[in-house]
Amino acid sequence: MTTARKLTMAQAISEAIGQEMERDPKVFAMGEDIARYGGIFGATGGLLERFGKERIMDTPISESAFIGAATGAAAEGMRPIAELMFVDFFGVCMDQIYNHLAKNTYMSGGKVRLPVVLMTAIGGGYNDAAQHSQCLYGLFAHVPGLKIVVPSNAYDAKGLMIQAIRDDNPVMYFFHKGIMGLPWMAYYEGSSNEVPQEAYTVPFGQARIAREGKDVTIVALSQMVQKALLAAAELEKEGIGTEVVDLRTLVPLDVEAVVRSVKKTGRLLVADEDYLNFGLTGEIAALIAERLDQISLKSPIRRLGVPGVPIPYSRPLEQFIIPQVKSIADACRGMMRGKVAQPA
Amino acid sequence: MQASTPAANASHGEHLLSLYRTMARIRAFENAAEEASRGSVAAFGATSDAAALVRGPLHLSTGQEAVAAGVCANLARSDYLTSTHRGHGHTLAKGADTTAMMCELFGRAAGSNKGKGGSMHIADFGVGMLGANGVVAAGIPIAVGAAHSAKIRGSRAIVACFFGDGAINRGPFLEGLNWAKIFELPVLFVCEDNRYSATTATDAMTAGEGAAARARGIGLPAETVDGNDVLAVDAAARELVARIRAGGGPQFLHALTYRVKGHVSVDAAAYRDQGEVEQALESDPLKLAGQRLAALGIAAGRIAAADAEARAEIEAAVAAAHAARPPEPAEAYADIQDTGAGQWR
Ligand SMILES: Cc1ncc(C[n+]2csc(CCOP(=O)(O)OP(=O)(O)O)c2C)c(N)n1
Ligand SMILES: [Mg+2]
Repeated sequence: MTTARKLTMAQAISEAIGQEMERDPKVFAMGEDIARYGGIFGATGGLLERFGKERIMDTPISESAFIGAATGAAAEGMRPIAELMFVDFFGVCMDQIYNHLAKNTYMSGGKVRLPVVLMTAIGGGYNDAAQHSQCLYGLFAHVPGLKIVVPSNAYDAKGLMIQAIRDDNPVMYFFHKGIMGLPWMAYYEGSSNEVPQEAYTVPFGQARIAREGKDVTIVALSQMVQKALLAAAELEKEGIGTEVVDLRTLVPLDVEAVVRSVKKTGRLLVADEDYLNFGLTGEIAALIAERLDQISLKSPIRRLGVPGVPIPYSRPLEQFIIPQVKSIADACRGMMRGKVAQPA
Repeated sequence: MQASTPAANASHGEHLLSLYRTMARIRAFENAAEEASRGSVAAFGATSDAAALVRGPLHLSTGQEAVAAGVCANLARSDYLTSTHRGHGHTLAKGADTTAMMCELFGRAAGSNKGKGGSMHIADFGVGMLGANGVVAAGIPIAVGAAHSAKIRGSRAIVACFFGDGAINRGPFLEGLNWAKIFELPVLFVCEDNRYSATTATDAMTAGEGAAARARGIGLPAETVDGNDVLAVDAAARELVARIRAGGGPQFLHALTYRVKGHVSVDAAAYRDQGEVEQALESDPLKLAGQRLAALGIAAGRIAAADAEARAEIEAAVAAAHAARPPEPAEAYADIQDTGAGQWR
């Protein structure tokens, strides 16, 4: 029998990890402040008490060491979960991530499997400045060899985490701080939802239609899905029907779901909190551009993302450069008036 | 080095009073910043608490003032300093303007970083303060590079490089110290050991004999001092700085202190024993220095006046920050490389 309760995303993630640790003794977790404190964003809350410090490990501030160790332990039969406290710190351990974790399976001719989950916190909006506010999943999606998971709500977060732990390949799992449901940080409430008690998986590469609509498709993920849903509610009052496609995973990417929706609406807005240049928004726009023989657009494609500047500290600056509910709604309104050129 | 004659006592007292003033200013700054930041992290979208002007997580150096004051008393304005995420005290002690600092915390255009950096990235290149840093240990190679520049230019400047006890487990600690030693660079490495790395006690995470022993392993002379005793920090720093200025190469100071606040302003630090905090408060650096001043014959009124002046200075900084304007949104596009003149595309 299914018993669902409303959980925050942080609770859903730690529940998923706990259930998989019970099921499989090869699963263990490590990272800074993840054991006694339960992770500074709560992703491993309550697990030390249940599994002990052999399997829930606090680490020194030595990211290269513990992410490299995850690769080594996985090669020798374990299923490690490592937490990089903020994605922004990838710079201190990127060699272990992209030269080793991501490539070793390929370079070995498929002889080694690396079932590692590397989870990390992303996102801004709370004035933590340029080294603690980035998203950067586009950068990891760019590198071959990593699956990229970016949940927008607690239900998906649990199912995607279980899927990630059971996957035999390296998976990077990104949780946005502003949807974790932390008591000390405001968050978008749509991210806390009903989560079944028992273990379940959400498959990779299957986008979710978070809301149906006929006029505009918004492709988004993570916290931006919650913002898009608020914008869609506004737009509905004006008679604009918005379809929100939550990608859930970037690698693998559900191209069909995006194409299907844009075929239906004829308008595409990609709303993202990652950097605008050379990233997710351009990738999605290109997918549609490559299929203009099958899709007829009623308006040019629009993209929202963080323009080419680091995240500033000051609140008015930060609010300005990160796409907000209002900027999403305004972009959709503009697209309703927009026209594509007709062939001569 | 304890003074004994009345005249020596008096000059000793005056010196300690000047160190005390720096500590009192840092304490007042941290208290005011903490006060102005209450409720700030709950900060998304329309539900934000607009009342809190200092926003985002704030790393306070309350209780660690003696390290900043004692070391920086031995630096000239032309010397350099690199700091950490917990950098207000170092910045102030290096001579940065407290109004510009407070404006930065308030995210104002008049802030030392025009509101773009905030608490964790505060910098004042005008006084040689090369930046706080949000990435643990990242300041170490930057300090070494500044020292290398001084060496190549033939300048007499030295660099004070602050980092925490948690930073010694990161690679740049080894790489930076080794670099400084093989080139005999003018750097004073200061490990400000407050016993915690975020929510984790550092001891259990650190193998071997710790910071000073590691430095010695790389060939750097290293001293360990009571980092809450500002005179001890000052004396040790004076000796090490003199050796550096005399061409003695990089030196290492391991200052033992305690983080009396949570890791960040929103952290209640429930993971540690309250008794441990109370015990640490017994050796609060301002309290210790106040007792020592009294013993050296400095009138109580002068100590109280130092406290009052510090508070008044910081209150004025807070008032100025309140009155200052926030940046215009389009200013977000300026200062990226040398392009971006306030517009996008
Ligand atoms: C490379 C890196 N890893 C992790 C963090 C997150 N973090 C910020 S401060 C901190 C603890 C630092 O401890 P310590 O160096 O002792 O400085 P303290 O906070 O005690 O002043 C951690 C883990 C970071 N900023 N950078
Ligand atoms: Mg510390």
